[in-house]
Amino acid sequence: MPQESRLDLLQGTLDVMVLQTLAAIGPLHGYGIARRIEQVSGDQILLNQGTIYAALVRLQHRGWITAQWGTSDNNRKAKFYSITRKGRKQLAADVAYWERLAEVMGRMLNGEKA
Amino acid sequence: MIELWRRFAAMFHRRQLDAELEAELASHLHLAIQENLRQGMPPEEARRKAMIGMGGLEQAKEEQRDARGLPAMESVVQDLRYAFRTLRRDAGFTTFAILIIGLGIGASSTVFSVLDTLLVRPLPFKDPGSLIWIANRTQVDGDLSGATVQVGRLLNLRERNKSFSDIAGYFAFYGVGDSKLSGNGEPERLSAVPVSQNFFPLLGVQPQLGRQFSAEECKWNGPKAVLLSHGLWERRFASDPDIVGKPLRLDDADVTVAGVMPASFDFAAVFAPGTHVDLFSSFPLSQETDRWGNTLALVGRLKPGVAIGRAQAEADILGAHITAENPRANGLDPKLTFLGQHVSGRVRPALLVLACSVGVVMLIVCANLSNLLLARTATRQKEVAIRMALGAGRKRLIRQLLTESIVLTFCGASLGLALAVGATRAVAHLDAFSIPLLSGVRVDGVALGFTLLAAVATGLVLGMAPALQAASIPLSASLGQRGHSEGKRHNWIRSALVVSEIAFSCVLLVGAGLLIRSFVRVLEVDPGFRPESAAAWRIDPSSQYKTQAQQNAYFDEALRLVRAIPGVQSAGLTDVLPLGHNRSWGSAAKGQTYKDGDYPSAFVRVISDGYVKALGMTLKAGRDLSPRDTPTSGTPVILINETMAHRLWPGQDPLGKFVAGACGVDRQVVGVVGDVRHVALEQGSGSEMYLPIRQCQDWGSVDLVVRSTLPPPVLASSVETSLRSLVPDLPKGGMKPLTQLVDRAVSPRRFIVLLMAGFAGFALVLASLGIYGVISYSVTRRTQEIGIRMALGASTGQVQGRIVMQTLGLAAIGLTIGAVASSGLARALSGLLFGVTYRDPFTFLAAAAVLLGVAVLAGYLPARKASRIDPMIALRAD
Repeated sequence: MPQESRLDLLQGTLDVMVLQTLAAIGPLHGYGIARRIEQVSGDQILLNQGTIYAALVRLQHRGWITAQWGTSDNNRKAKFYSITRKGRKQLAADVAYWERLAEVMGRMLNGEKA
Repeated sequence: MIELWRRFAAMFHRRQLDAELEAELASHLHLAIQENLRQGMPPEEARRKAMIGMGGLEQAKEEQRDARGLPAMESVVQDLRYAFRTLRRDAGFTTFAILIIGLGIGASSTVFSVLDTLLVRPLPFKDPGSLIWIANRTQVDGDLSGATVQVGRLLNLRERNKSFSDIAGYFAFYGVGDSKLSGNGEPERLSAVPVSQNFFPLLGVQPQLGRQFSAEECKWNGPKAVLLSHGLWERRFASDPDIVGKPLRLDDADVTVAGVMPASFDFAAVFAPGTHVDLFSSFPLSQETDRWGNTLALVGRLKPGVAIGRAQAEADILGAHITAENPRANGLDPKLTFLGQHVSGRVRPALLVLACSVGVVMLIVCANLSNLLLARTATRQKEVAIRMALGAGRKRLIRQLLTESIVLTFCGASLGLALAVGATRAVAHLDAFSIPLLSGVRVDGVALGFTLLAAVATGLVLGMAPALQAASIPLSASLGQRGHSEGKRHNWIRSALVVSEIAFSCVLLVGAGLLIRSFVRVLEVDPGFRPESAAAWRIDPSSQYKTQAQQNAYFDEALRLVRAIPGVQSAGLTDVLPLGHNRSWGSAAKGQTYKDGDYPSAFVRVISDGYVKALGMTLKAGRDLSPRDTPTSGTPVILINETMAHRLWPGQDPLGKFVAGACGVDRQVVGVVGDVRHVALEQGSGSEMYLPIRQCQDWGSVDLVVRSTLPPPVLASSVETSLRSLVPDLPKGGMKPLTQLVDRAVSPRRFIVLLMAGFAGFALVLASLGIYGVISYSVTRRTQEIGIRMALGASTGQVQGRIVMQTLGLAAIGLTIGAVASSGLARALSGLLFGVTYRDPFTFLAAAAVLLGVAVLAGYLPARKASRIDPMIALRAD
């Protein structure tokens, strides 16, 4: 099964993905965020969509995103999340961190192989 | 920080947040299903896929809740809520549990407060650790003359010693009600304590208003001044802020108010428990007061860094020196004790016994509750098992059960605290008990802390066993169980708890029994006088009666007036009532020489004719004093008691013999009276001599003792009316029934006995409830078994017999352990016992009988219930 080859989410990565998603396409409801992450990752990430809500409430508490009830495309009530200015700052910091980490990890692993 | 706050806030909007989450998840599912449908899945499949993608609804909710709130705290809150809910559902159990915890904690907090005040808390003086009580060594306990120090000796000691920064004293022979306050308002008898000028400065006590005594005021014949106690200032002078400098009329002399002592200074509570002191006068340390002989009780303050042992060694040497220099004055042989020890030393053993008892009571409370909780957990096994099956962790379950018992104990502790506050208030107002510092007993921060600690400890101790047990039961066992067979181990714990309850109760019963029997023995002691239907009034002749002849005329008139009242059987005068102050003089047979240190001394009473009869003493030989024993009647006379007769003239007839130099002259013995226990009921009398008041002016005060068949109120008013003309300022309500003296003398003992008996009674109730609980629980669980036995032909008697035997078995084990423990512990009581030994077989047997009786009763009730079981119903029951 392809499931086995899916990636487990590292601690803290989900938060960055959520922020990035909101920054990229604006206000979105929980399901939308989850689907978007799945699609962008090419279905490579093992995501229980339910987990997204714990991340959302955590980000809200930290003041990085806000939530508002609205109506979805098919006229259904849904809670829409949008990124705050503080969230954008945090995202920038997180992106820089991840890029450095990825680069270092890449170098390490390539170097080991060579 | 903000995050923490938001999380905290989230806890209080649970319901709303949960609803929102619910809606959000629903919309999530809906969106997912819609999308799946658009992809062409059949509706069932679309829904299933959406659910899988979600990954468990409940789990998502839990995760979100954890992220949004404070999970650790929330579960505590949850446990608390759950505990309150279950406890409310089981109201009977809860009420009972809270009640006994409350009583237990209330009792222990009260005893702790008393203990804290009397033994732990320092005396309310400056640097109390360096204050030393200095008293002469005496042969007879309670001989105030022997223990006090002569003025000159104090001056010598103070001047020459190097250990004390200062030594002060107060006049120990002040009498309660010695001073008469007249002018502005009703005349009133007050208790004044004469103190040396440095007494208050040495203790570090400052007047709240005004000043200390001046040097001038402490001279013989100097201007007279007094310091008022806070109580008197409030009561008599309505807290007059301008009282300082105002004149008062005290004992027919003008005195100035020098100041008011602070409310925190309670002289009586420290130095004279069970009395109260209204004011302080200055006591001159002069040649004149030196001639009064031993009068002073001394308090010294050690110099910094001086140990009491070194001070004692120096005092021994100085005492011998000073005595040798002036052998005609009274000897000085000082014994030093820390003031704190001197004050609380007498009650210390009793208090420790009380503390241990209350500890035992607390243990019984814990055992009892543990038992109750065990029984509850047993019936809740299924609930616990279901919760475990649903995924509750073992730790979480234990925490839940502990929370329950801690909630219980905290409710109990609040009740206990309320009880303790009430009880300490009551204790603080026990004026009738001559126990030091009692008025200072209160629940303070320390006591509060103690209560809190006791509550937590109790909760943990009594909750631990059931919690561990509940959580350790294998799931399959408890779920499959039908709830009527008892585990062996389970039964064992419960039985052990009951056995320990019985053993503890046995210890308390034996202790209380021994103390009660001692108390009865003390009351049975023949004090040498009959306190019933006799009463006393203080009638010192006022200063207008100056000469001895005038005073004698006053005495004659007073006795004549009172004896004329119909219903009065006899009346007499005395300078000291029994069980009060005691002074002693050297008293030898005339012409006899004695070895050093063997010179006889005797307690001194100055009395009139009729006193022997009025007090109810017995005249063993010779005659009573007579009104004709006056200064001019020829040979001075004296009465002596039997002990003194044996001491001075062993094997001879004392009548007609002479006592040398008693009140100035040699006196002929005209009568021998029975011994009177003047010092304490528990103590033999020692030598006593009775001098005729008309021949000896050496008295400090005069009490009129009247024996009568009249009811007390009638007697009071008729005596007061008939004396009105002679003693115009005789205060109203001045009657002291003699039974009061005896009551006061036995009050510390009664205090301990009452508390111990209370504890033992409480323990007995708890133990019987414990037995009842265990037996009736096991009967309920064995309903089926009993039903089968009865169906097979067992008789009612047999069923009852088996259950009662089971109870007796438990009781017997408990009693054996308890008896062994008590015989060891009772030894610690021996100092408090009187007339019984700590091995008193009667007490042990009585305690055993009471406990067995209680056990049988507690076992019989459930047994009777069991024997009435209808076999058919029992067999059909679950």
